[in-house]
Amino acid sequence: MAELARTPLFGVALTIVVYVLAEALYARLRAPLAHPVPVSIVTIIVTLLLLAVPYDAYAAGGKLLLFLLGPSVVALAVPLYVQRARLAERALPITAGILAGAVTSIVTATLTAKGLGASHEVVLSLAPKSVTTPIAIGLSERIGGIPPLTACAVVLTGCIGAALGPELCRWMGLRDPVATGLAVGTACHGIGTARMLEVDALGGAVAGLAIGLNGLATSVILPLVLRWVG
Amino acid sequence: MNRGLLAGLALLLAFQLAGEGVAPLLPLPIPGPVVGMVLLLTALGLRVVKLEWVKGAADVLLSRMGLFFVPAGVGVIAHTELLRREWMPIVAALLVSTVAVLAATGFTERAVARLRGRRRG
Repeated sequence: MAELARTPLFGVALTIVVYVLAEALYARLRAPLAHPVPVSIVTIIVTLLLLAVPYDAYAAGGKLLLFLLGPSVVALAVPLYVQRARLAERALPITAGILAGAVTSIVTATLTAKGLGASHEVVLSLAPKSVTTPIAIGLSERIGGIPPLTACAVVLTGCIGAALGPELCRWMGLRDPVATGLAVGTACHGIGTARMLEVDALGGAVAGLAIGLNGLATSVILPLVLRWVG
Repeated sequence: MNRGLLAGLALLLAFQLAGEGVAPLLPLPIPGPVVGMVLLLTALGLRVVKLEWVKGAADVLLSRMGLFFVPAGVGVIAHTELLRREWMPIVAALLVSTVAVLAATGFTERAVARLRGRRRG
């Protein structure tokens, strides 16, 4: 068993089996909080702890699945291209929304953490939490955060967005699919976008656009905003 | 896997590779896959790449994108010590900030769209 758990097959098989079951559960319950991403993460963590499998053994297979994130990000060009006419019409409001979101993300995350007594390194690690994992890790390194903690913060943020992003927008009174998709993509990057693609095709395309643009915007303004709030 | 899907995956990987090659030359730390996305969008716009060549593979990957994030999330168990100590400010900051960003982004988009609409109308 211990030998088998060290092969990449174990991590890949466990993740896909759990995810497929979580998807089936989600299809039954239709409750946003039961989104397959957070449910799978918790189930796999519990499984690893119960079987006493070290994280490194799981990661050997996990890395293979993580690899597919790269071509998936490239694939976001497809919904963008399909929806290009409707997006070009609203280029200015979309840009303004993303900039507002990028600044709000850094300011509210750092000030809340600081106010509640988090250590300086943790505060810095949370600053890039709304951008996609590869950009967030690079930024965390540059500003003196703890990159693995940033990766956790990014995924947790994404899970909030996948579970409740479209619902929170509706409760706040946002009904427009472009505004909702933009908000979910800017706040919750790829995981939020995955959920948005299930909810609405146009909203999903806008969310995909927001991943790239918020990554760009945050890369530029993070050092400037941190000088002010950090 | 049929030939169309495999060809689509090959194109996506080729654009990612091109993106990774171009990314280090840019003045900002933009990840290779994001650059690859911009390159593919440009190629689709210029009709160098036809939509039907990549659509099948892109739809398959995008419909399961959540799956690829799961291993990154499981990574939290490597940092239990830090999380045990500071979980409260971390979780609170993420919740507060996520709601704030959703509101700031969504309402700014709406406000600017409405302002522009009024000017036009």
